[in-house]
Amino acid sequence: MNLDISLAPETLFHITSIPVSNAFFWSWLVFIFLIVGSFFLRRSLKMRPGRFQNIIEMMIGGAFDFVESMMGDKKRALRVFPLVFTMFFFIFFCNLLTFIPGQSAVTIETAGGVVPLFRAIISDYSIVFVMTMVSVIVTQIVAIASMGPLRYLGKFFNFTSPLNFFLGLMDLVGELAKVMSLSFRLFGNIFAGEVLGAVMLFLFPFFLPLPFAFLGLLTAVVQPFVFSVLTLVFISMAIQSEEPEMA
Amino acid sequence: MDMEAAKYIGAGIAMGLGAIGPAIGEGIAASKALEAIGRNPEANGKIAPLMFVAMAITESTGIYALVVALIILFA
Repeated sequence: MNLDISLAPETLFHITSIPVSNAFFWSWLVFIFLIVGSFFLRRSLKMRPGRFQNIIEMMIGGAFDFVESMMGDKKRALRVFPLVFTMFFFIFFCNLLTFIPGQSAVTIETAGGVVPLFRAIISDYSIVFVMTMVSVIVTQIVAIASMGPLRYLGKFFNFTSPLNFFLGLMDLVGELAKVMSLSFRLFGNIFAGEVLGAVMLFLFPFFLPLPFAFLGLLTAVVQPFVFSVLTLVFISMAIQSEEPEMA
Repeated sequence: MDMEAAKYIGAGIAMGLGAIGPAIGEGIAASKALEAIGRNPEANGKIAPLMFVAMAITESTGIYALVVALIILFA
């Protein structure tokens, strides 16, 4: 097969020995677009919303109601909502961009040969890994802030009995496993969707890719939701663990 | 056995065995969700999205197997 499938995204250029991949470059354009877009939206907010503002308000309002129902408390929901919704919206927007046709045909000549200019942003594991680490680190910080550092360490290094010590170590392994599972779920779904699309287009480009593209569209919506809901659940569990009486 | 053949066999086994578990799990999740909808058709709007979320999480281990297979093949 003469497909150019590579796990690591292709490098476009280097910034003082840091390679910039095509997905990373695309992600700059995405977040510049999102930041500038939201800045202009903020400036043009009206009390009687136009259609675009209406759509955005429905989306954010619905998401906030959901987050509030999962956190239970409006103040906490307000604190955790920006992180969770931004992650959801960024991943969702990046995934939707992969459905613009004709992207993989645009190639650019670099030092390493001819590489495609565009690539699904979430199919770059480094981007997914960074987002996952942000999630997990925020969860640990919330746990430390709500339980105090000694109780937090006592959760993992529990010397009351050998069984508890073993369970504490398993908790530590579980935290590391969260990083792996969260990142691989998102990365694997999107990357596999890209590979599947490429293979189907290679085999029979006319109607065969269609059901796989639909599956890819479903994945593009569900996976960001799962990622941000899991982040939300981890953060809310990190808070709840200090209040066992509030069952 | 040369490297290419070993890669193909490894990827095939990884994905083949990895596809069994999630399929069973998602079937169970879907059947329970449909049963719940059958008992209470008005709760459809609440059950269906949660079913999709549960399926996405159940599918995770299958995706891990897929990532391992792709790593074996392409890296």
